[in-house]
Amino acid sequence: MAREESTREAYGRTLVELGEANPNIVVLDADLARSTQSQMFGHKFPSRFFDLGLAEQNMIGIAAGLAASGKTVFASTFAVFASARCFDQLRMSIAQPRLNVKIVASHGGITVGEDGFSHHAIEDVGLMCSLPGFTVIVPTDAVEAAQAIRAAAALLGPFYIRLSRPKTPVIHEDGYRFVLGKAVTLRPGRDATIIAIGVMVALALEAAHRLREIEGIDCRVLTMPTVKPLDEEAILQAARETGAIVTAEEHLLQGGLGSRVAQVVSSHQPVPMAFIAIKDVYSRSGKPAQLMERCGLTAEDIMDGVRGVVLRKARQMAFRLGGR
Amino acid sequence: MKIGASSPGGSLPDKRCGPTSASAGNNPAEAVSSLATQKGQDRPEAELERLAKSLRRHIITMIGTAGSGHTGGCLSAVEVLVALYFKIMRHRPQDPRWPERDRFILSKGHAAPALYATLAEAGYFPVAELPTLRKMDSRLQGHTDRTITPGVEMSAGSLGQGLSFSIGVALAGRLDSKDYRVYVLLGDGECDEGQVWEAAISAAHFKLDNLTAIVDHNKQQLDGWCSDIMNLEPLAEKWRAFGWQAIEVDGHSIPQILSAAEQARATKGKPTVIIAHTIKGKGVSFMENNLEFHGRAPNAEELAQALKELE
Repeated sequence: MAREESTREAYGRTLVELGEANPNIVVLDADLARSTQSQMFGHKFPSRFFDLGLAEQNMIGIAAGLAASGKTVFASTFAVFASARCFDQLRMSIAQPRLNVKIVASHGGITVGEDGFSHHAIEDVGLMCSLPGFTVIVPTDAVEAAQAIRAAAALLGPFYIRLSRPKTPVIHEDGYRFVLGKAVTLRPGRDATIIAIGVMVALALEAAHRLREIEGIDCRVLTMPTVKPLDEEAILQAARETGAIVTAEEHLLQGGLGSRVAQVVSSHQPVPMAFIAIKDVYSRSGKPAQLMERCGLTAEDIMDGVRGVVLRKARQMAFRLGGR
Repeated sequence: MKIGASSPGGSLPDKRCGPTSASAGNNPAEAVSSLATQKGQDRPEAELERLAKSLRRHIITMIGTAGSGHTGGCLSAVEVLVALYFKIMRHRPQDPRWPERDRFILSKGHAAPALYATLAEAGYFPVAELPTLRKMDSRLQGHTDRTITPGVEMSAGSLGQGLSFSIGVALAGRLDSKDYRVYVLLGDGECDEGQVWEAAISAAHFKLDNLTAIVDHNKQQLDGWCSDIMNLEPLAEKWRAFGWQAIEVDGHSIPQILSAAEQARATKGKPTVIIAHTIKGKGVSFMENNLEFHGRAPNAEELAQALKELE
């Protein structure tokens, strides 16, 4: 595999670059700066960095006050605390007033690993997408994370960006350009489409490769880094052209990418769908790879999902033909 | 249902819906108070007292017209608001987002009618707009909304969040080397919220001497007396233990509020909290210390009686 870098490392690096160019950027953390990598900004610009200690609700309120006073504010902690712990504060102080605060949450999903369920954010994307006015991004890799963070800094309004703990393969090439609200086609295909986000993208590519090699199934692979607002056009194009969709996310089934894509598909272009996501349970301690296997988030799971939708598509087609 | 036309307040005589301030013009369309055009800082004390009475008339009329609202906690905060907007703060009603303004953040968002009455008298919007409180498409929401009301700094209503917001505003002032001051009004019941104390720790940690909190200590919360529901005493000692200068005043004495604000301004290196001892429902005999009026509006008869008391 090529180069690996965690998306949170990309965050710290990008924050410093942004801070050099823009004296208006202020960064907050809640005693996890060494983990989220916001410390890199803190070391470079101590007067514009505030560590609020273990007080996420207070951090969100302070972020709102700074933003209301004209600052571009980045506020970071683990995804589980950045979303669920201070949800009412996000709602009251940031979402409704549409203030210019960027919540950059590291340690999304179960690849956090050994710390266990208390540290596994599996509801965060659904929670944050539910807040009117928030833009929600789940970058694929470090290259995209850096660009998404720059895009968020350049636009007014609330953002939630979900990052991961482990080092992950860099998928995008250096010349890649992130466009807010746009899906990216990583692999063309006609038989089915896999729409994946975050750490699932690499697995989706692996699944597509193996399905082609072994079974001759030709899968399109899309990444949907902007989970809100969705690229409805790309979804509907995939539905029209491939007739079957599988979504893959390191998140609960309810409220996440899959349910959002299903809303678009069922409204405009119903096709067979399968959802690779965490079922209605909490996870536990373990190595990331073990947890991904236990929760049904492997390349094999995606392959099973594709086989299922391709079969349903074929049956529907046969039914239609038979009906004539 | 046509909410505007058939709301409970719709049955009230129209004349009550107009400006009740003696100082306001006869034409509601031009009802920006003449007080608003004056310089706040040189206003004599008797005039501030008259203004307080006028605010109380606005408040009960607005809530009575709306048919719902938090009467008691609005009436307890009147003198604090008068002192801030007509004596202490540097602000421009015609330029609500003036960068150099002193900021007032209402954390106890249910006292929104008291703030609206104050802002109207100060000239942020017409007094004639006050009776639209809580009505469909009004700029005067049941709890404050930063996005639509001139002069409102923060959306509030879910308690415990205003102090944190105020700290952000105070930190921004420091970062930008601006000399504006930040005032935030909390309820005493609101101090049950843990976030208030997260914020209190951090304001002292950052030595925010440009920040002054005021606690409207009217001793009651929705379910009863604070001392019975969740005892906060010794409240001033708690703030001191968190690193704040705490000053206790009679919250209905404008001179005492002014003097405490002056002391806060002169104190360097730490934030100040003014514990304003107040009476819930202050100014209307049958509302004072009457728990019933925490979250209920006066009916037409009670409104008439209350207005008579406030003549």
